[in-house]
Amino acid sequence: MALQSLDILRRSATPTATPQARTPVEVAKLIDVSTCIGCKACQVACSEWNDIREEVGSCVGVYDNPVDLTAQAWTVMRFAETEENGKLEWLIRKDGCMHCADPGCLKACPSPGAIIQYKNGIVDFHQENCIGCGYCVAGCPFNVPRLSPADNKAYKCSLCSDRVAVGQEPACVKTCPTGAIQFGSKEDMKEVASVRIADLKNRGYQNAGLYDPEGVGGTHVMYVLHHADKPELYSNLPKDPAISATVSLWKGLLKPLATLGIAAAGLFGFFHYITVGPNRPDEDHEETRK
Amino acid sequence: MKEQLIQRYSAPERINHWVVAVCFVLLAISGLAFFYPAFFWLTGVFGTPQLARIVHPFVGVVMFLAFARQFFRYWHHNLITPEDVKWMKSVKEVMKGNEVGDIGKYNGGQKGMFWLMCACMAVLLVSGLIAWRQYFAGYFPIPVVRLALLAHASAAVALIAGIIVHVYAALWVKGTIRAMVEGVVTHAWAKKHHPRWYREMTGKKS
Repeated sequence: MALQSLDILRRSATPTATPQARTPVEVAKLIDVSTCIGCKACQVACSEWNDIREEVGSCVGVYDNPVDLTAQAWTVMRFAETEENGKLEWLIRKDGCMHCADPGCLKACPSPGAIIQYKNGIVDFHQENCIGCGYCVAGCPFNVPRLSPADNKAYKCSLCSDRVAVGQEPACVKTCPTGAIQFGSKEDMKEVASVRIADLKNRGYQNAGLYDPEGVGGTHVMYVLHHADKPELYSNLPKDPAISATVSLWKGLLKPLATLGIAAAGLFGFFHYITVGPNRPDEDHEETRK
Repeated sequence: MKEQLIQRYSAPERINHWVVAVCFVLLAISGLAFFYPAFFWLTGVFGTPQLARIVHPFVGVVMFLAFARQFFRYWHHNLITPEDVKWMKSVKEVMKGNEVGDIGKYNGGQKGMFWLMCACMAVLLVSGLIAWRQYFAGYFPIPVVRLALLAHASAAVALIAGIIVHVYAALWVKGTIRAMVEGVVTHAWAKKHHPRWYREMTGKKS
């Protein structure tokens, strides 16, 4: 059903071309970590719009709540304390799906149509086709997808693909009170980021920069970081994320190797039988065939 | 003249073998479906794709347990001897249908296959448990799960190719299927393919 949007860049486990007639503009969500106040309005908006409710947990001594992404919490604020340039810094990062241009989840997924990558850059899970194997969890370089214990389907941020499809911004963007989350074409968001980064540099953050990691082909959720040289400071945001070599081997090289190996075994048997012929015991075994 | 027969596999051994074989076929079909996108429809072997995901690992556990029973039945018959090395080196001659060496219950090729299967089964069990998302994968770091998935697929491919050879060898050497279906082989079969075992079983000089 999703294919009717005719703007499908990739569909999981689908070796043939997807309906690509339309070419919408590439979108991106820009999260300016330096203007985020950690109010969690985005978490609430996400929960509201998507109608998902994580259980109210308990305080674990820090502000993080829920403490991790779940099938019912597609975005969480992560709070990190660090000392940079002799000053305490409180770094708050809104975590969730990065909507990679080269999505590891989609590469790993074995079920046709369970993961869809739209041409606008959104990577969406279609639970109707999800079989619950969890390969997407292993494929993701950002540790984002979560399997619901209730229905064994994988869930994650959809970048509000339903809202974006009708020209609205994602719910988290709409609700952010400081404008730390913005949404638009990827090109525009890069421009917004560059203005912001120049400002941060002026204010002494020499290493301010945009997080749009090349290793996954760029992302459609980008961060403005004051310490772009050390993304790990932000609750272990990976420095050079990429689809793991293990996953690439598994989903890449191993397939042709397996085909060759299995075909070789089968074809060897077939041709051996029609050339050498069966090995019968009733023939006198002292006599060798010439 | 009445056909002279030797018992090669008892009924429990045969049942054991076919339990493993049926599990293997179901696992290979559903496993290939998870591996090759174009063959995803093979998940239909278990009804629906979701059911295939649910059932595959349980069938795997059954196969492992049944195979473990076989391991304890046969391991001591499969210790590699110099005679087996000779067999392996002359495999080209063997492929022409000419027997090489004074073969006991199993030849070098069968023994090699036995140990390949043991290795694959061990890897498949361990990696399969680690990758079993519903119950166990959550206890392992993601890089470990990735390695398990790669190892699981690799071992499965090796096992599938190995089993193709195993089945073909049984089809090629006439009279072999009977050993695993009816449990018996003819004297001629034993004398030709496993002369030492033939002597042990009959007390004859061959």
